[in-house]
Amino acid sequence: MKIIKIFLIAIFFSSSALAGSDGEIKLSKKVEPAKDCFEKVNRASFALNQGLDKVIFKPVAKGYRSLPSPIKSGTSNALTNLSNLITIPNNVLQGEFKKAGINSGRLVVNTTLGILGIFDVADKMGFPEYEKEDYGQTFGKWGMGPGCYLVLPVLGPTTIRDTLGSFANVMGGDPYYSLSVNGNNEYLDGKLYAATKTISAIDFRAKNIETLDNLEKNSVDFYASVRSVYLQDRENKIKNIQRGSIEVIYKEDEGWEEIDDK
Amino acid sequence: MKKLFSLFILLTISLTNINNAFSISPDVFIQSTVNRASLILSKDISKDDKMNQLKLIAKETVDIHGIGFYSLGAARKDLNENQKKTYSALFEKYFLKSFSSRLAEYTNPEIEVKNKEVLSKTYTIVSSVLISTAERPEVNINWRVYTKNPDNPLIRDLIIEGLSLARTQKEEFSSILSSNDNDINALFKVLEDFSKN
Repeated sequence: MKIIKIFLIAIFFSSSALAGSDGEIKLSKKVEPAKDCFEKVNRASFALNQGLDKVIFKPVAKGYRSLPSPIKSGTSNALTNLSNLITIPNNVLQGEFKKAGINSGRLVVNTTLGILGIFDVADKMGFPEYEKEDYGQTFGKWGMGPGCYLVLPVLGPTTIRDTLGSFANVMGGDPYYSLSVNGNNEYLDGKLYAATKTISAIDFRAKNIETLDNLEKNSVDFYASVRSVYLQDRENKIKNIQRGSIEVIYKEDEGWEEIDDK
Repeated sequence: MKKLFSLFILLTISLTNINNAFSISPDVFIQSTVNRASLILSKDISKDDKMNQLKLIAKETVDIHGIGFYSLGAARKDLNENQKKTYSALFEKYFLKSFSSRLAEYTNPEIEVKNKEVLSKTYTIVSSVLISTAERPEVNINWRVYTKNPDNPLIRDLIIEGLSLARTQKEEFSSILSSNDNDINALFKVLEDFSKN
């Protein structure tokens, strides 16, 4: 029932966007500048996260990186397999029924033959490359703009739309959350769910140590760089722009044309 | 008169051929540029020496002036001639340091050009991949090449895994300006400090 409310809110905002609202959330094909409505609070939150990262997350991620490769890849595979539980309903909500079918097949194969997803057997069997989807992306695909940019303590960068997407997860949109926290069964519980999410964050941080170090070192405003990178990445994911493909984003950016006209 | 005319025609044809001989395809241009950079990065020399040699390549192959004014966004319209000159000089120093420092982190990177797509007369996107190693996965890199002068193509942007470096830089500058009441001197100071440190 709760998830229906979330969807109704999302549809309301989507319809407003389609109606051509000039408010915070609107649909546009042009590259819009980031709407940082709470920049002061966001910067404070970002500073807190940087402190936490320095003291806790980065050292833990470095430790994780020193684990043997099979353990790291097995963990990463299992987490990816689990994320199918969110991707599949979102494939359906976005009308991507073929992808939903492929990802369901991937989930079944990897959970059984791949021993809870530790081994990516589906990949070896020739299943197409896996692309994660979430409720924030679905809302974006339905025409809902990102709204204000937010930096949440510990959780990091997001937008109003993506936060709404995360609420959809805990309100019934994520079967793993529902079974763990509300499922009342002997195998899964809230602690296991929290542990999974923590490992997932460490895995992400470990994969991006050099990238983030490099970005920080070469930025004149690291906060603005992270915001830009986050918003560009979400934009690409919503448009389902394949990694490395040439897409409309380059053609839409009129700033280059103005340089040529001067 | 007929001989003179023939000589003129011959000369025109020769000049056209010379011009064509110097024209370089954007994908070949990118492959040759990354090969040159890769050679420097694989050398057994200090990081500072690598950065200095990379800066020379960047000066030849990157449209630093164009990227600088793109990064400034709408603020470029408000600059007077003196401010434009100051900005161009500061931006070049900033860009060369940032660019060479980013690249110098890699040792012997192998980049393979895959294909190209002509967006317009002035732009071609060249797609390439940074080949994976044991430490990192394969990385997709697209290059926005400015081809207004086909004899001298120039790099205007790197799009790494779909993320545009020029756009990121533009948003950084915009953030600095907006948090300083659009005072261009604040941006000048930030660029100067970055280049000094």
